[in-house]
Amino acid sequence: MKRLSEERTKILFEKLAKYIGPNIKQLIERPDAIYCFREQKDRVYYVSEPILKMATTIHPDNLISVGTCFGKFTKSGKFKLHITALNYLAPYAQCKIWIKSSAEQQFLYGNNVSKAGLGRISENCEKYQGVVVFSMSDLPLGFGVAARSTTECKSADPLAVVCFHQSDIGEYIRSEEDLL
Amino acid sequence: MGRKAKFDEGVIVKKGPGKKAKKQKDPIFPKKLIASDDEPKTLSSHQKKRLKKREEKQTMLLEKRKSKQMNKGTKGTKKVIKPPLKATNDSKYSDSEESLNEGHVQPVKTRKKKRGFSDHNNEWLQPKKQKTVDAPSSDEADDSDQLSEPEDNNDDTVTMEKLSDLSDSEKDQEDDNYNPDSDDDLLPIEKQNAKLKQKQLKEDQDAEAELQLNISNQVKFEFPSEVDESNDPKSLQEVQQRIREVIAVLSDFKNLRDNNHSRSDYVSLLKQDLCTYYSYNEFLMEKLMQLFQLSELLEFLESSEVQRPLTIRTNTLKTRRRDLAQALINRGVNLDPVGKWSKVGLVVYSSQVPMGATPEYLAGHYLIQGASSFLPVMALAPQENERILDMSAAPGGKASHIAAIMKNTGVLFANDLNRDRIKAVVGNFHRLGVINSVISCLDGRKFPESMPVFFDRVLLDAPCTGTGVVAKDPSVKTSKDEIDIQRCYNLQRQLLLAAIDCVNAKSSTGGYIVYSTCSVLPEENEWVIDYALKKRNVKLVDTGLGFGTEGFLKYRHLRFHPTMNLTRRFYPHEHNMDGFFVAKLKKFSNV
Repeated sequence: MKRLSEERTKILFEKLAKYIGPNIKQLIERPDAIYCFREQKDRVYYVSEPILKMATTIHPDNLISVGTCFGKFTKSGKFKLHITALNYLAPYAQCKIWIKSSAEQQFLYGNNVSKAGLGRISENCEKYQGVVVFSMSDLPLGFGVAARSTTECKSADPLAVVCFHQSDIGEYIRSEEDLL
Repeated sequence: MGRKAKFDEGVIVKKGPGKKAKKQKDPIFPKKLIASDDEPKTLSSHQKKRLKKREEKQTMLLEKRKSKQMNKGTKGTKKVIKPPLKATNDSKYSDSEESLNEGHVQPVKTRKKKRGFSDHNNEWLQPKKQKTVDAPSSDEADDSDQLSEPEDNNDDTVTMEKLSDLSDSEKDQEDDNYNPDSDDDLLPIEKQNAKLKQKQLKEDQDAEAELQLNISNQVKFEFPSEVDESNDPKSLQEVQQRIREVIAVLSDFKNLRDNNHSRSDYVSLLKQDLCTYYSYNEFLMEKLMQLFQLSELLEFLESSEVQRPLTIRTNTLKTRRRDLAQALINRGVNLDPVGKWSKVGLVVYSSQVPMGATPEYLAGHYLIQGASSFLPVMALAPQENERILDMSAAPGGKASHIAAIMKNTGVLFANDLNRDRIKAVVGNFHRLGVINSVISCLDGRKFPESMPVFFDRVLLDAPCTGTGVVAKDPSVKTSKDEIDIQRCYNLQRQLLLAAIDCVNAKSSTGGYIVYSTCSVLPEENEWVIDYALKKRNVKLVDTGLGFGTEGFLKYRHLRFHPTMNLTRRFYPHEHNMDGFFVAKLKKFSNV
């Protein structure tokens, strides 16, 4: 467990900002306890300070996970968000889309969201902004990138993609092996 | 049960007249019975000749008499004309006389009857019985002087009646000596009927006796000889039948046993059959037979074949049970609360969607977990802000339950030795939203080295042989051996001691250890607890579960601690959950 370097912290926060914008502050300055980001084997964990301290008693080789894993740094130095971060992304998300129940299954199998499957979209969503995908019953299903802005969506034809798929909760069973 | 399909509806084929039209026909009697009452028999040529002779004689006789009467009449006395007869048989004689005159039909019948003594001795001498017929009473002789001495004739017929009554009925049929005037008590058909009834009664009695004999034979179970045991493979049905019989014998051994075989013979036969029928290996079956009574054993084996109902646990970190139930019902799932003892469990009876792949499942609103897995966590009763260790956590069902009860406060250490299975823990924790966890991959026995006296509570769901979850993993039936069990309980003892060493006895809220296994064998349960009670300053406390069978105080040669009744056992046949064992210990000092 080690602190993130300046550079990596910047990359991580830039990435998170795409989805939750200024709400990153909420993640770092919490009223209940001090939470921090820690890195181990290129994975980034978000965990409270007291738990972190206790986790240090376990040898790093044997430590599998602490708190919540947000994602990992790729070999090329980019940050990739994992589906496991959804718990924190969903409540703070800036741009949300809701998909119809008919399109739910499609998305959960890793497909993009088309205009036909789009149930609702939050206003003033920009193109290529990070979006969190919800079902019509407000169940967070995953996240992705808006392929069109909100205004463009209105005029798009039904088969046009409105959201590129990045990650969905189907991965919990599709790829449990490499969640981390 | 659905309604029966009527594939042939509308095609009603009438099969003759209805039920009511089928009237019973008039009875048909065999000719023998009704025969010669009214119609005369055709006579054989011999008989015809004799008849002729007789007629001639009679006419001669009549002429003689007439001439006699004429003589008497000439004497001038007024006398009733009477043949020289006895008064009693008067009418009879006259009848026969008339019939003789009419056309000689009757004499044929009377003729055969003659059996008595026809000479002058007949007044006092009577035939003894049918068989002892004297020479003078032969038919030929009768025939010859029958009518010459009419009085004899009649007398004889009377005696004959008596005789025929005494004699057997076959005679009755043969010689139709039916005489409507004298034979007034029974018709021959009635006699026959009475006889038949008697016969039937006897047959019935015989049948009854035979039946009784059969029943007593059936109950008696015959021990198979070794020869036929070795060379004929039996069908499962036969094996099952024999299992039942042997159990019946063993349950009333004194009365039903066969004297050549001891109880151990019967038991070993039963064991063999059970091994064949349920495909266990002999070792495990022997263990189970030592553990259960025979009747209970069968129930246990039977219910071990059947899967337990699918249960799910609501993740209270993300949703409530009522909301979850509603959401699932909307997806076409048929479910019910698991019971009063749990507020988070639901039983799934049927589902139109796979329960492990609904959006609710993926969003972490519930997880699939056996009902028995709720129990150790409920016994542990974790509190908020505690430090809790789950020593063998994979796949994280119980550990996430602990986290849910703690409401994501405090810290939860989830440990498992197996690196492949620990991935499931990671997946489940993130899916269910457990954020207070530290997931490690360590040997549980090493925990006291790094963090002694650190935890408030420890849950040890120890690795075991899995004899309680045979339905889930049938390979247990054949793969386990004495050495496996020995390895298991050695490891369990070490783990339990390590777990106790990790717990802080001075903790303000805790100091508890819960030990559980999914095995039913006392070696892996009570014995392990007993060992820990001797080695560490711990005591058994009530699990707080409120149901379950009490743990054993003694098992075969083993005698356990008297507080062992505070532990709880769960059986598939009794509680409809996997076989399970839960014990709760409290630590009293950190030495």
